[in-house]
Amino acid sequence: MNILVCISKAPDTTSKIAFTNNLTQFDENGVQYIVNPYDEWYALVRALEIKESIGGNVTIVTVGTVSDEAVIRKALAIGADEAVRIDADPKDAFFVASQIAGYAKSKGFDLVMTGKETINYNGSQVGGMIAESLDLPFISLATKLDANGSLLTLEREIVGGVQVVEVQLPAVVSCAKGMAEQRIPNMRGIMAARTKPLTVIPAEEVEDLTNYVAYQMPNAKSSVKLIDPSNMDELVALLHNEAKVI
Amino acid sequence: MVLVYINSTTGLSKAALETVTYGKKLGNDVTVITNGSASADQLANLGEYGASKVLVDRSVDGEDPQQLARLIASVADQVSASTVIFSHDIYGKAVAPRLSVRMKAGLISGAIAVPEADGSIKVNVFSGKAVGFVKVTSAKQIISLLPNSIQPEKTASTCGVEEISGLAGNSSIKVLETKKPEGNIPLPEAELVVSAGRGLKGPENWGMIDDLASALGAATACSRPVADIGWRPHHEHVGQTGVAIRPNLYIAVGISGAIQHLAGVNGSKVIVVVNTDTEAPFFKAADYGVVGDAFEVIPRLTEAVKRFKANQH
Repeated sequence: MNILVCISKAPDTTSKIAFTNNLTQFDENGVQYIVNPYDEWYALVRALEIKESIGGNVTIVTVGTVSDEAVIRKALAIGADEAVRIDADPKDAFFVASQIAGYAKSKGFDLVMTGKETINYNGSQVGGMIAESLDLPFISLATKLDANGSLLTLEREIVGGVQVVEVQLPAVVSCAKGMAEQRIPNMRGIMAARTKPLTVIPAEEVEDLTNYVAYQMPNAKSSVKLIDPSNMDELVALLHNEAKVI
Repeated sequence: MVLVYINSTTGLSKAALETVTYGKKLGNDVTVITNGSASADQLANLGEYGASKVLVDRSVDGEDPQQLARLIASVADQVSASTVIFSHDIYGKAVAPRLSVRMKAGLISGAIAVPEADGSIKVNVFSGKAVGFVKVTSAKQIISLLPNSIQPEKTASTCGVEEISGLAGNSSIKVLETKKPEGNIPLPEAELVVSAGRGLKGPENWGMIDDLASALGAATACSRPVADIGWRPHHEHVGQTGVAIRPNLYIAVGISGAIQHLAGVNGSKVIVVVNTDTEAPFFKAADYGVVGDAFEVIPRLTEAVKRFKANQH
Protein backbone atom coordinates (compact mmCIF):
# COMPACT_ATOMS: atom_id res chain seq x y z
CA MET A 1 0.00 0.00 0.00
CA ASN A 2 1.28 3.42 -1.02
CA ILE A 3 0.54 5.80 1.87
CA LEU A 4 0.97 9.56 2.15
CA VAL A 5 1.06 10.96 5.70
CA CYS A 6 0.66 14.74 6.05
CA ILE A 7 2.59 16.22 8.93
CA SER A 8 2.73 19.67 10.41
CA LYS A 9 5.06 21.18 12.94
CA ALA A 10 3.54 22.34 16.23
CA PRO A 11 4.93 23.96 19.36
CA ASP A 12 5.88 21.47 22.07
CA THR A 13 2.87 20.92 24.35
CA THR A 14 4.68 22.54 27.28
CA SER A 15 5.50 25.72 25.31
CA LYS A 16 4.63 29.06 26.81
CA ILE A 17 2.19 30.66 24.40
CA ALA A 18 2.77 34.39 23.76
CA PHE A 19 2.27 36.88 20.95
CA THR A 20 4.32 39.76 19.57
CA ASN A 21 3.92 42.59 17.09
CA ASN A 22 0.96 44.14 18.88
CA LEU A 23 -0.62 40.69 19.48
CA THR A 24 -0.80 39.84 15.78
CA GLN A 25 1.94 37.22 15.61
CA PHE A 26 2.81 34.05 17.51
CA ASP A 27 6.01 34.62 19.50
CA GLU A 28 8.38 31.84 18.39
CA ASN A 29 11.06 33.00 20.81
CA GLY A 30 12.23 29.94 22.77
CA VAL A 31 9.56 27.67 21.28
CA GLN A 32 10.58 24.09 20.53
CA TYR A 33 8.83 22.62 17.54
CA ILE A 34 7.72 18.99 17.40
CA VAL A 35 5.78 16.91 14.90
CA ASN A 36 2.10 17.68 15.59
CA PRO A 37 1.18 14.85 18.02
CA TYR A 38 -1.93 13.69 16.11
CA ASP A 39 0.05 13.48 12.88
CA GLU A 40 2.88 11.58 14.54
CA TRP A 41 1.29 9.34 17.17
CA TYR A 42 -1.76 8.32 15.20
CA ALA A 43 -1.44 8.92 11.44
CA LEU A 44 2.25 8.15 10.95
CA VAL A 45 2.52 5.23 13.38
CA ARG A 46 -0.62 3.54 12.00
CA ALA A 47 0.69 4.01 8.44
CA LEU A 48 3.93 2.29 9.49
CA GLU A 49 2.03 -0.57 11.13
CA ILE A 50 0.05 -1.14 7.92
CA LYS A 51 3.23 -1.11 5.87
CA GLU A 52 4.86 -3.57 8.28
CA SER A 53 1.92 -5.96 8.06
CA ILE A 54 1.06 -5.86 4.33
CA GLY A 55 4.02 -4.08 2.70
CA GLY A 56 4.17 -0.79 0.87
CA ASN A 57 5.69 2.63 1.16
CA VAL A 58 5.13 5.54 3.55
CA THR A 59 5.86 9.05 2.31
CA ILE A 60 5.52 12.07 4.57
CA VAL A 61 4.69 15.50 3.22
CA THR A 62 4.78 18.89 4.89
CA VAL A 63 4.31 22.43 3.67
CA GLY A 64 7.06 24.47 5.28
CA THR A 65 10.38 26.23 5.09
CA VAL A 66 13.91 24.88 5.44
CA SER A 67 13.71 25.39 9.23
CA ASP A 68 11.10 22.59 9.38
CA GLU A 69 13.53 19.94 8.21
CA ALA A 70 14.43 18.92 11.78
CA VAL A 71 10.80 17.98 12.31
CA ILE A 72 10.79 16.07 9.00
CA ARG A 73 13.91 14.11 10.03
CA LYS A 74 12.17 13.16 13.29
CA ALA A 75 9.28 11.66 11.31
CA LEU A 76 11.77 9.82 9.09
CA ALA A 77 13.51 8.50 12.21
CA ILE A 78 10.24 6.99 13.41
CA GLY A 79 10.19 5.01 10.17
CA ALA A 80 8.77 6.83 7.14
CA ASP A 81 10.56 5.86 3.91
CA GLU A 82 10.85 9.25 2.28
CA ALA A 83 9.82 12.86 2.73
CA VAL A 84 8.60 15.72 0.59
CA ARG A 85 8.75 19.33 1.67
CA ILE A 86 6.67 21.77 -0.32
CA ASP A 87 8.67 24.95 0.01
CA ALA A 88 6.41 27.68 1.39
CA ASP A 89 5.41 29.41 4.58
CA PRO A 90 1.97 27.88 5.19
CA LYS A 91 -0.60 30.67 4.97
CA ASP A 92 -3.78 28.87 5.99
CA ALA A 93 -5.41 25.43 5.87
CA PHE A 94 -6.72 25.95 2.34
CA PHE A 95 -3.25 26.92 1.15
CA VAL A 96 -1.69 23.84 2.78
CA ALA A 97 -4.37 21.45 1.53
CA SER A 98 -4.15 22.82 -2.01
CA GLN A 99 -0.37 22.32 -2.04
CA ILE A 100 -0.62 18.76 -0.75
CA ALA A 101 -3.46 17.87 -3.14
CA GLY A 102 -1.48 19.37 -6.02
CA TYR A 103 1.48 17.18 -5.16
CA ALA A 104 -0.56 14.02 -4.46
CA LYS A 105 -2.90 14.04 -7.44
CA SER A 106 -0.50 12.44 -9.93
CA LYS A 107 1.29 10.15 -7.46
CA GLY A 108 -1.29 7.39 -7.12
CA PHE A 109 -1.40 7.17 -3.30
CA ASP A 110 -3.85 4.56 -2.04
CA LEU A 111 -4.34 6.27 1.29
CA VAL A 112 -3.75 9.82 2.53
CA MET A 113 -3.60 10.21 6.33
CA THR A 114 -3.60 13.30 8.55
CA GLY A 115 -3.92 13.93 12.29
CA LYS A 116 -7.36 15.05 13.40
CA GLU A 117 -6.14 18.62 13.93
CA THR A 118 -2.97 20.50 14.82
CA ILE A 119 -2.49 21.54 18.43
CA ASN A 120 -1.76 25.15 17.46
CA TYR A 121 -4.66 26.12 15.20
CA ASN A 122 -7.04 23.23 15.98
CA GLY A 123 -8.98 23.80 12.76
CA SER A 124 -9.47 20.16 11.71
CA GLN A 125 -9.59 21.43 8.12
CA VAL A 126 -6.69 20.12 6.06
CA GLY A 127 -7.79 16.48 5.67
CA GLY A 128 -11.29 17.29 4.41
CA MET A 129 -9.93 19.94 2.09
CA ILE A 130 -7.42 17.51 0.54
CA ALA A 131 -10.20 14.95 0.08
CA GLU A 132 -12.42 17.48 -1.69
CA SER A 133 -9.57 18.71 -3.87
CA LEU A 134 -8.77 15.13 -4.92
CA ASP A 135 -12.47 14.13 -5.10
CA LEU A 136 -11.89 11.23 -2.68
CA PRO A 137 -13.98 9.90 0.22
CA PHE A 138 -13.03 11.31 3.65
CA ILE A 139 -13.32 9.57 6.99
CA SER A 140 -12.70 11.99 9.82
CA LEU A 141 -11.72 11.33 13.45
CA ALA A 142 -10.90 7.68 12.82
CA THR A 143 -9.83 5.73 15.89
CA LYS A 144 -9.15 2.39 14.14
CA LEU A 145 -8.15 1.52 10.61
CA ASP A 146 -7.67 -1.85 8.94
CA ALA A 147 -6.96 -2.52 5.29
CA ASN A 148 -8.16 -5.59 3.45
CA GLY A 149 -7.26 -5.43 -0.22
CA SER A 150 -8.80 -2.23 -1.56
CA LEU A 151 -11.34 -2.07 1.28
CA LEU A 152 -10.78 -0.04 4.46
CA THR A 153 -12.65 -0.78 7.67
CA LEU A 154 -12.57 2.06 10.16
CA GLU A 155 -13.95 3.12 13.49
CA ARG A 156 -14.71 6.80 13.77
CA GLU A 157 -15.97 9.13 16.47
CA ILE A 158 -19.54 10.37 16.04
CA VAL A 159 -21.63 12.60 18.31
CA GLY A 160 -21.96 10.56 21.52
CA GLY A 161 -20.43 7.32 20.30
CA VAL A 162 -18.44 5.48 17.65
CA GLN A 163 -19.29 4.01 14.29
CA VAL A 164 -17.76 1.23 12.20
CA VAL A 165 -17.64 2.07 8.50
CA GLU A 166 -16.29 0.66 5.26
CA VAL A 167 -14.89 2.55 2.30
CA GLN A 168 -13.06 1.72 -0.93
CA LEU A 169 -9.54 3.02 -1.49
CA PRO A 170 -8.26 5.50 -2.43
CA ALA A 171 -9.43 7.60 0.51
CA VAL A 172 -8.38 10.32 2.94
CA VAL A 173 -8.49 9.61 6.70
CA SER A 174 -7.98 11.94 9.66
CA CYS A 175 -6.68 10.10 12.72
CA ALA A 176 -7.64 10.49 16.38
CA LYS A 177 -6.63 8.85 19.63
CA GLY A 178 -6.87 5.07 19.68
CA MET A 179 -5.40 4.58 16.21
CA ALA A 180 -1.90 3.64 17.39
CA GLU A 181 0.60 4.05 20.20
CA GLN A 182 3.37 6.62 20.20
CA ARG A 183 6.77 5.30 19.01
CA ILE A 184 10.09 6.59 20.24
CA PRO A 185 12.71 6.62 17.47
CA ASN A 186 15.73 4.42 18.22
CA MET A 187 19.35 5.20 17.38
CA ARG A 188 19.24 3.10 14.21
CA GLY A 189 16.16 5.01 13.02
CA ILE A 190 17.79 8.34 13.78
CA MET A 191 20.96 7.36 11.86
CA ALA A 192 18.94 6.01 8.92
CA ALA A 193 16.83 9.17 8.78
CA ARG A 194 19.88 11.22 7.87
CA THR A 195 20.23 9.53 4.50
CA LYS A 196 16.58 8.96 3.60
CA PRO A 197 15.39 10.97 0.58
CA LEU A 198 13.95 14.41 1.34
CA THR A 199 12.69 16.04 -1.82
CA VAL A 200 11.97 19.76 -1.87
CA ILE A 201 9.43 20.89 -4.42
CA PRO A 202 8.26 24.44 -5.20
CA ALA A 203 4.84 25.62 -4.03
CA GLU A 204 2.00 26.42 -6.42
CA GLU A 205 0.38 29.85 -6.58
CA VAL A 206 -2.60 29.62 -4.23
CA GLU A 207 -4.58 32.40 -2.54
CA ASP A 208 -5.40 31.92 1.13
CA LEU A 209 -9.04 32.10 2.27
CA THR A 210 -8.57 33.09 5.91
CA ASN A 211 -6.37 35.37 7.96
CA TYR A 212 -5.72 35.73 11.71
CA VAL A 213 -5.96 39.44 12.46
CA ALA A 214 -5.17 39.31 16.20
CA TYR A 215 -4.67 37.10 19.24
CA GLN A 216 -5.53 37.42 22.90
CA MET A 217 -4.53 35.59 26.06
CA PRO A 218 -7.44 34.28 28.14
CA ASN A 219 -8.46 36.49 31.06
CA ALA A 220 -6.72 35.51 34.27
CA LYS A 221 -9.03 34.05 36.90
CA SER A 222 -9.48 36.02 40.07
CA SER A 223 -8.19 34.06 43.03
CA VAL A 224 -9.86 30.81 44.02
CA LYS A 225 -12.48 30.80 46.76
CA LEU A 226 -11.73 27.94 49.15
CA ILE A 227 -14.65 26.03 50.65
CA ASP A 228 -14.53 24.01 53.88
CA PRO A 229 -14.46 20.33 52.81
CA SER A 230 -17.01 19.47 55.49
CA ASN A 231 -19.51 22.04 54.20
CA MET A 232 -20.55 20.99 50.72
CA ASP A 233 -23.96 22.64 51.16
CA GLU A 234 -22.10 25.94 51.03
CA LEU A 235 -20.45 24.99 47.72
CA VAL A 236 -23.81 24.02 46.23
CA ALA A 237 -25.33 27.29 47.46
CA LEU A 238 -22.49 29.29 45.89
CA LEU A 239 -22.84 27.44 42.59
CA HIS A 240 -26.54 28.25 42.62
CA ASN A 241 -26.65 31.80 43.99
CA GLU A 242 -23.29 33.29 43.05
CA ALA A 243 -22.05 31.39 39.99
CA LYS A 244 -25.61 30.65 38.79
CA VAL A 245 -24.58 27.44 37.04
CA ILE A 246 -26.91 24.99 38.78
CA MET B 1 -28.47 34.91 2.83
CA VAL B 2 -27.42 32.55 5.61
CA LEU B 3 -27.57 28.77 5.24
CA VAL B 4 -27.37 26.56 8.34
CA TYR B 5 -26.66 22.82 8.18
CA ILE B 6 -27.93 20.66 11.00
CA ASN B 7 -28.07 16.91 11.37
CA SER B 8 -31.48 15.91 12.65
CA THR B 9 -31.06 12.14 12.45
CA THR B 10 -31.67 11.78 16.16
CA GLY B 11 -33.94 14.79 16.58
CA LEU B 12 -32.98 18.39 17.26
CA SER B 13 -29.95 18.71 19.53
CA LYS B 14 -29.17 21.78 21.57
CA ALA B 15 -26.15 22.32 19.29
CA ALA B 16 -28.52 22.46 16.32
CA LEU B 17 -30.65 25.13 18.01
CA GLU B 18 -27.47 27.08 18.80
CA THR B 19 -26.39 27.09 15.14
CA VAL B 20 -29.80 28.32 13.95
CA THR B 21 -29.76 31.05 16.63
CA TYR B 22 -26.25 32.00 15.51
CA GLY B 23 -27.41 32.14 11.88
CA LYS B 24 -30.21 34.50 12.84
CA LYS B 25 -27.69 36.81 14.52
CA LEU B 26 -25.74 36.98 11.26
CA GLY B 27 -28.59 37.61 8.83
CA ASN B 28 -32.34 37.99 8.62
CA ASP B 29 -32.98 35.36 6.01
CA VAL B 30 -31.93 31.97 7.37
CA THR B 31 -32.45 28.73 5.46
CA VAL B 32 -31.81 25.45 7.25
CA ILE B 33 -30.70 22.39 5.28
CA THR B 34 -30.92 19.05 7.06
CA ASN B 35 -31.10 15.34 6.43
CA GLY B 36 -32.55 12.65 8.62
CA SER B 37 -35.83 11.63 10.02
CA ALA B 38 -37.00 14.45 12.32
CA SER B 39 -40.71 15.06 11.69
CA ALA B 40 -41.92 18.08 9.71
CA ASP B 41 -43.50 19.43 12.92
CA GLN B 42 -40.19 19.21 14.78
CA LEU B 43 -38.36 20.89 11.93
CA ALA B 44 -40.99 23.66 11.69
CA ASN B 45 -40.04 24.56 15.27
CA LEU B 46 -36.64 25.72 13.99
CA GLY B 47 -38.56 28.83 12.85
CA GLU B 48 -38.80 29.81 16.51
CA TYR B 49 -34.99 30.07 16.61
CA GLY B 50 -34.82 32.17 13.46
CA ALA B 51 -35.15 29.89 10.43
CA SER B 52 -37.28 31.30 7.60
CA LYS B 53 -37.38 27.97 5.81
CA VAL B 54 -36.24 24.38 6.39
CA LEU B 55 -35.18 22.11 3.54
CA VAL B 56 -34.91 18.40 4.31
CA ASP B 57 -33.44 15.63 2.17
CA ARG B 58 -34.60 12.35 3.70
CA SER B 59 -32.69 10.20 1.20
CA VAL B 60 -29.33 11.25 2.71
CA ASP B 61 -28.16 9.41 5.85
CA GLY B 62 -25.53 12.04 6.65
CA GLU B 63 -22.70 9.53 7.04
CA ASP B 64 -20.70 10.56 3.95
CA PRO B 65 -19.15 14.06 4.13
CA GLN B 66 -18.67 14.06 0.34
CA GLN B 67 -22.37 13.49 -0.26
CA LEU B 68 -23.33 16.14 2.31
CA ALA B 69 -20.91 18.64 0.79
CA ARG B 70 -22.54 18.13 -2.63
CA LEU B 71 -26.01 18.59 -1.11
CA ILE B 72 -25.13 21.70 0.90
CA ALA B 73 -23.17 23.31 -1.97
CA SER B 74 -26.14 22.84 -4.34
CA VAL B 75 -28.55 24.37 -1.83
CA ALA B 76 -26.12 27.21 -1.05
CA ASP B 77 -26.06 27.95 -4.76
CA GLN B 78 -29.85 27.85 -5.10
CA VAL B 79 -30.50 30.20 -2.19
CA SER B 80 -27.44 32.40 -2.97
CA ALA B 81 -25.95 31.83 0.50
CA SER B 82 -22.91 33.93 1.33
CA THR B 83 -22.53 32.37 4.81
CA VAL B 84 -22.89 28.70 5.75
CA ILE B 85 -22.98 27.65 9.39
CA PHE B 86 -22.24 24.27 11.01
CA SER B 87 -21.88 23.08 14.55
CA HIS B 88 -18.18 22.31 15.23
CA ASP B 89 -18.96 18.63 15.78
CA ILE B 90 -18.15 15.76 13.45
CA TYR B 91 -20.11 17.51 10.69
CA GLY B 92 -18.30 20.80 11.13
CA LYS B 93 -15.04 18.86 11.10
CA ALA B 94 -15.78 16.51 8.19
CA VAL B 95 -18.14 18.37 5.86
CA ALA B 96 -17.24 22.06 6.33
CA PRO B 97 -13.65 21.69 5.01
CA ARG B 98 -14.93 19.92 1.90
CA LEU B 99 -17.54 22.63 1.39
CA SER B 100 -14.86 25.31 1.84
CA VAL B 101 -12.96 23.94 -1.16
CA ARG B 102 -16.14 23.41 -3.18
CA MET B 103 -17.45 26.93 -2.58
CA LYS B 104 -14.02 28.65 -2.41
CA ALA B 105 -15.23 30.04 0.90
CA GLY B 106 -12.93 30.63 3.87
CA LEU B 107 -13.66 28.34 6.83
CA ILE B 108 -13.62 29.63 10.40
CA SER B 109 -13.50 26.57 12.65
CA GLY B 110 -14.68 26.50 16.22
CA ALA B 111 -16.18 30.00 16.50
CA ILE B 112 -16.95 30.89 20.13
CA ALA B 113 -18.76 34.22 19.60
CA VAL B 114 -20.67 36.30 17.07
CA PRO B 115 -18.51 38.36 14.69
CA GLU B 116 -16.68 41.44 16.02
CA ALA B 117 -17.30 44.91 14.54
CA ASP B 118 -14.49 44.34 12.00
CA GLY B 119 -16.07 41.06 10.84
CA SER B 120 -13.44 38.85 12.50
CA ILE B 121 -14.59 35.91 14.60
CA LYS B 122 -13.15 34.71 17.90
CA VAL B 123 -11.87 31.12 18.00
CA ASN B 124 -9.78 29.08 20.42
CA VAL B 125 -6.19 28.56 19.30
CA PHE B 126 -3.23 26.71 20.78
CA SER B 127 -5.68 24.18 22.17
CA GLY B 128 -7.43 26.74 24.34
CA LYS B 129 -4.31 28.45 25.66
CA ALA B 130 -5.22 31.61 23.69
CA VAL B 131 -7.90 33.00 21.41
CA GLY B 132 -7.49 34.30 17.88
CA PHE B 133 -9.60 36.53 15.67
CA VAL B 134 -10.01 35.16 12.15
CA LYS B 135 -11.35 36.86 9.06
CA VAL B 136 -12.07 35.34 5.70
CA THR B 137 -10.45 36.86 2.64
CA SER B 138 -13.03 35.29 0.30
CA ALA B 139 -16.45 36.62 -0.72
CA LYS B 140 -18.25 33.72 1.00
CA GLN B 141 -17.61 32.30 4.45
CA ILE B 142 -18.25 29.10 6.36
CA ILE B 143 -18.37 29.11 10.15
CA SER B 144 -18.44 26.12 12.50
CA LEU B 145 -19.70 27.05 15.95
CA LEU B 146 -18.22 25.39 19.04
CA PRO B 147 -21.11 23.81 21.01
CA ASN B 148 -22.17 25.70 24.14
CA SER B 149 -20.68 29.02 22.94
CA ILE B 150 -24.06 30.77 22.68
CA GLN B 151 -27.48 29.86 24.06
CA PRO B 152 -30.47 29.04 21.82
CA GLU B 153 -32.91 31.98 21.66
CA LYS B 154 -36.53 31.87 20.57
CA THR B 155 -37.30 35.00 18.56
CA ALA B 156 -40.04 34.07 16.08
CA SER B 157 -42.62 31.41 15.25
CA THR B 158 -42.65 28.18 13.24
CA CYS B 159 -41.61 28.16 9.60
CA GLY B 160 -42.27 26.19 6.42
CA VAL B 161 -40.62 22.83 5.76
CA GLU B 162 -39.90 21.60 2.24
CA GLU B 163 -38.79 18.12 1.19
CA ILE B 164 -36.02 18.06 -1.40
CA SER B 165 -34.06 15.29 -3.15
CA GLY B 166 -31.78 14.55 -6.06
CA LEU B 167 -28.97 16.97 -5.20
CA ALA B 168 -26.66 14.77 -3.15
CA GLY B 169 -25.55 11.88 -5.36
CA ASN B 170 -24.50 8.56 -3.86
CA SER B 171 -22.76 7.79 -0.59
CA SER B 172 -19.37 6.07 -0.73
CA ILE B 173 -19.28 5.22 2.98
CA LYS B 174 -21.06 2.12 4.23
CA VAL B 175 -21.99 2.04 7.91
CA LEU B 176 -21.56 -1.41 9.46
CA GLU B 177 -22.34 -0.55 13.07
CA THR B 178 -23.17 2.41 15.30
CA LYS B 179 -22.33 2.20 19.01
CA LYS B 180 -23.92 4.84 21.19
CA PRO B 181 -24.03 4.28 24.92
CA GLU B 182 -27.62 4.89 26.07
CA GLY B 183 -28.43 7.92 28.15
CA ASN B 184 -25.00 9.51 27.91
CA ILE B 185 -24.79 13.26 27.47
CA PRO B 186 -22.30 13.98 24.65
CA LEU B 187 -19.34 15.63 26.36
CA PRO B 188 -18.85 18.58 23.96
CA GLU B 189 -22.49 19.61 24.42
CA ALA B 190 -22.70 19.10 28.17
CA GLU B 191 -23.38 22.18 30.32
CA LEU B 192 -22.18 20.46 33.49
CA VAL B 193 -19.18 18.15 33.59
CA VAL B 194 -17.68 16.10 36.42
CA SER B 195 -14.14 15.00 35.65
CA ALA B 196 -11.64 12.92 37.58
CA GLY B 197 -7.99 11.94 37.37
CA ARG B 198 -5.32 9.80 38.96
CA GLY B 199 -6.26 11.04 42.41
CA LEU B 200 -9.06 8.48 42.32
CA LYS B 201 -6.47 5.69 42.59
CA GLY B 202 -8.30 3.16 40.40
CA PRO B 203 -11.16 2.63 37.92
CA GLU B 204 -13.22 0.87 40.60
CA ASN B 205 -13.64 4.19 42.41
CA TRP B 206 -15.51 5.94 39.60
CA GLY B 207 -18.88 5.06 41.10
CA MET B 208 -18.86 8.20 43.23
CA ILE B 209 -18.06 10.33 40.15
CA ASP B 210 -20.98 8.74 38.29
CA ASP B 211 -23.20 9.35 41.34
CA LEU B 212 -22.28 13.03 41.49
CA ALA B 213 -22.72 13.38 37.72
CA SER B 214 -26.14 11.78 37.78
CA ALA B 215 -27.25 13.88 40.78
CA LEU B 216 -26.27 17.01 38.81
CA GLY B 217 -27.36 15.77 35.37
CA ALA B 218 -23.75 16.16 34.25
CA ALA B 219 -21.53 14.36 31.76
CA THR B 220 -18.36 12.61 32.97
CA ALA B 221 -14.84 13.27 31.74
CA CYS B 222 -11.28 12.39 32.71
CA SER B 223 -7.65 13.45 32.45
CA ARG B 224 -5.21 12.01 29.95
CA PRO B 225 -3.29 9.64 32.25
CA VAL B 226 -6.40 7.73 33.29
CA ALA B 227 -7.52 7.37 29.66
CA ASP B 228 -4.03 6.20 28.70
CA ILE B 229 -3.91 3.50 31.37
CA GLY B 230 -7.39 2.38 30.40
CA TRP B 231 -9.32 3.35 33.53
CA ARG B 232 -11.70 5.39 31.37
CA PRO B 233 -12.59 5.37 27.65
CA HIS B 234 -10.59 7.67 25.34
CA HIS B 235 -13.61 9.73 24.32
CA GLU B 236 -13.83 11.04 27.91
CA HIS B 237 -10.29 12.44 27.81
CA VAL B 238 -10.39 16.22 28.10
CA GLY B 239 -7.34 18.34 27.34
CA GLN B 240 -4.94 19.46 24.68
CA THR B 241 -4.78 16.12 22.91
CA GLY B 242 -8.31 15.11 23.87
CA VAL B 243 -11.62 16.96 23.71
CA ALA B 244 -11.78 20.71 24.34
CA ILE B 245 -14.96 21.68 26.17
CA ARG B 246 -16.58 24.85 27.48
CA PRO B 247 -19.29 23.80 29.91
CA ASN B 248 -20.95 26.16 32.38
CA LEU B 249 -19.54 24.12 35.26
CA TYR B 250 -16.45 21.90 35.31
CA ILE B 251 -15.76 19.96 38.49
CA ALA B 252 -12.24 18.49 38.54
CA VAL B 253 -11.59 15.78 41.10
CA GLY B 254 -8.07 14.51 41.79
CA ILE B 255 -6.63 16.22 38.70
CA SER B 256 -3.47 18.24 39.30
CA GLY B 257 -4.11 20.61 36.40
CA ALA B 258 -1.16 20.23 34.02
CA ILE B 259 -1.04 22.92 31.34
CA GLN B 260 -2.18 20.39 28.70
CA HIS B 261 -5.29 19.57 30.73
CA LEU B 262 -6.11 23.21 31.45
CA ALA B 263 -5.95 23.96 27.72
CA GLY B 264 -8.97 21.74 27.17
CA VAL B 265 -11.13 23.22 29.92
CA ASN B 266 -10.22 26.86 30.44
CA GLY B 267 -13.20 27.90 28.33
CA SER B 268 -15.42 26.61 31.18
CA LYS B 269 -17.47 29.35 32.81
CA VAL B 270 -16.98 28.08 36.36
CA ILE B 271 -14.33 25.63 37.57
CA VAL B 272 -14.45 23.74 40.88
CA VAL B 273 -11.32 21.86 41.93
CA VAL B 274 -11.23 19.13 44.57
CA ASN B 275 -7.72 18.01 45.49
CA THR B 276 -5.79 16.91 48.58
CA ASP B 277 -2.74 18.85 47.42
CA THR B 278 -2.98 22.56 48.20
CA GLU B 279 -0.13 23.11 45.73
CA ALA B 280 -2.01 21.55 42.77
CA PRO B 281 -1.68 24.03 39.88
CA PHE B 282 -5.38 23.57 39.07
CA PHE B 283 -6.33 25.75 42.07
CA LYS B 284 -4.84 28.75 40.21
CA ALA B 285 -7.36 28.22 37.39
CA ALA B 286 -10.31 27.48 39.69
CA ASP B 287 -13.20 29.65 40.86
CA TYR B 288 -13.95 27.41 43.85
CA GLY B 289 -11.55 25.05 45.53
CA VAL B 290 -11.96 22.29 48.07
CA VAL B 291 -8.78 21.04 49.70
CA GLY B 292 -9.70 17.60 50.89
CA ASP B 293 -9.91 13.89 50.27
CA ALA B 294 -12.15 13.18 47.28
CA PHE B 295 -13.35 9.96 48.92
CA GLU B 296 -14.94 12.05 51.68
CA VAL B 297 -15.74 15.25 49.80
CA ILE B 298 -17.45 13.82 46.70
CA PRO B 299 -20.11 11.68 48.46
CA ARG B 300 -20.78 14.69 50.72
CA LEU B 301 -21.12 16.95 47.68
CA THR B 302 -23.46 14.44 46.01
CA GLU B 303 -25.69 14.43 49.09
CA ALA B 304 -25.65 18.23 49.18
CA VAL B 305 -26.66 18.36 45.50
CA LYS B 306 -29.50 15.90 46.15
CA ARG B 307 -30.75 18.01 49.07
CA PHE B 308 -30.58 21.11 46.89
CA LYS B 309 -32.49 19.42 44.04
CA ALA B 310 -35.12 18.13 46.48
CA ASN B 311 -35.69 21.67 47.78
CA GLN B 312 -36.03 23.01 44.23
CA HIS B 313 -39.23 21.02 43.71
